[in-house]
Amino acid sequence: MAKLESSFKNMLIALFGVTFVASASLGLVNDITKAPIAEAEKAKKTNAIAAVLPEFNHLGETEKMLPDNAKDSLEIYPALNDQGEVIANAVKTYSYNGFNGYIEVMVGFNHDGIITGYRVLKHEETPGLGSKMKTWFNDISKENQTILEKNPEKVNLTVSKDGGDIDGITAATISSRAFLESVNLAYNSLHDIYDGVTSATSKKGDKQ
Amino acid sequence: MNQWKNFSKGFIKENPVFILLLGMCPTLGTTGSAINGLGMGLATTFVLVMSNLVISLIKNLIPDKVRIPAFIVVIATFVTIVQMVMQAFVPALYESLGLFIPLIVVNCIVLGRAEAFASKNTVLSSVVDGLGIGLGFAFALTLLGSVREILGSISIFNWKIAEGFAKLFNPETTFAQGDGMLVFILAPGAFIALGFLIAIINRLNKTKA
Amino acid sequence: MEYIIIIISAVLVNNIVLTQFLGICPFLGVSKKIDTAVGMTGAVAFVMVLATIVTFLIQHYLLNPLNLAYLQTITFILIIASLVQLVEIILKKVSPALYQALGVFLPLITTNCAILGVAILVIQKDFNLMEGVVYAIANAIGFGLALIIFAGLREHLDMQNVPTGLKGVPIALITAGILAMAFMGFSGIV
Repeated sequence: MAKLESSFKNMLIALFGVTFVASASLGLVNDITKAPIAEAEKAKKTNAIAAVLPEFNHLGETEKMLPDNAKDSLEIYPALNDQGEVIANAVKTYSYNGFNGYIEVMVGFNHDGIITGYRVLKHEETPGLGSKMKTWFNDISKENQTILEKNPEKVNLTVSKDGGDIDGITAATISSRAFLESVNLAYNSLHDIYDGVTSATSKKGDKQ
Repeated sequence: MNQWKNFSKGFIKENPVFILLLGMCPTLGTTGSAINGLGMGLATTFVLVMSNLVISLIKNLIPDKVRIPAFIVVIATFVTIVQMVMQAFVPALYESLGLFIPLIVVNCIVLGRAEAFASKNTVLSSVVDGLGIGLGFAFALTLLGSVREILGSISIFNWKIAEGFAKLFNPETTFAQGDGMLVFILAPGAFIALGFLIAIINRLNKTKA
Repeated sequence: MEYIIIIISAVLVNNIVLTQFLGICPFLGVSKKIDTAVGMTGAVAFVMVLATIVTFLIQHYLLNPLNLAYLQTITFILIIASLVQLVEIILKKVSPALYQALGVFLPLITTNCAILGVAILVIQKDFNLMEGVVYAIANAIGFGLALIIFAGLREHLDMQNVPTGLKGVPIALITAGILAMAFMGFSGIV
């Protein structure tokens, strides 16, 4: 077949045809992948919740709350046991004070306010330094380093440099500060919602 | 043309990264670990093969004067497809490659092969060419990613080397490995590691010739 | 204050070339002489700001309302490609002097990932139009800064006695690595 010449009509038809086929096929692929994308995102969230909480039966209704003087609202996922009582809460919290800005963390608290686990969801910290926050505070064998099994009420969750009880990540104090700030924000907000974190089932007032 | 020669030229002789020095942005930006390098390389290979295929099929339907915009549309379409498919099925890799996936569209290798090869050759040769160059690119990225991961975090494909060997000799060991040379997973290490790799490959090529 | 943070962050802390790895091709390709580096910077700055404005408007007033966000990549690259053509034609007619200075660099810009990268980043970071423009200008300055410093270094490098294996691109890359290390000193200031 000979090559089409570059007349105005041919150019118009060719370009129109190519773009038409391109956008049609993209629309098709978008339709196919839309559900898996949404599912992958949901799975990521539920995995994070399951990872930070002790065993539970099902999740209660998600609650959003905006702490005083804060930029964004937190999301709170209550975990219920077989009898439908809240046994723990996962809180999606954040800090804007990371070394490279925004970090997002999922923290789990049991009904005594003790931290049961955490997972870093989003961060842009330096690889190999600040990015260690993903595992650093998880190491239960290092008493001064982990935040697990600690109650922010009784333990001062700030880095030891600032007079706190937690050893920050070596050479990444700013990242450690931001991380602990997000955990404290989660705890304080949870504390504000519940009538003291101990009596988890009795809520103070209705949802805001 | 001999198809095997056509295929294998992308690995060493016309390797897009080490010899032709094309596609430097993803080469430096996504090779913090071997797995990221491999993922980026394979995503680019897919785009390269598919766009070479389509362009060699429609090359006679596209008037010369509008061929570049038409090629760009074809390439951008496949890039978007890769983007959506990765987001759906390998979300973790999609997140770590981030901005560099849509940027495949401006990777000079892809448009370069479309213009220099696919628009002049048969469908079969074009696909083989795309596969060869693409896998050569993936090979280069994986190699650079491995070097940076070994030096920077003492691991390869997320397997911790020092700990792995310690466990091999004593399964109950509690040995935990420390940090690598962090600079190699940070930005400066990308430039330096690639610089030395190219120097080594230049040297090897010279002794062979 | 917001704007100052955006500028410092884009020029020094997260330098587009040395820490984000965008626009490496021109960074290595046209950095042999300071004059060409300046010309390239001018062309990039011009197109980057223009492209950011147009892609921003298209994204927010066309793609988002129509739920066509998945056409982002294809739309943006077409806008940038046509914009480069348009700028070239207009410059040729309106200001031949400027065209003389920037003309040769314009065709190279379509495949400069810094332009598309910044356009997408502005959308991802959820900037408003003003912030987006400031961000584009700052990134253009950052690009220019890295390019011109590097060109200066390479002019000196030409006169040095470099081991044979490292001559050319390898030593240039290693120099860029050391330059990137210097820029890392800025990290954490905002």
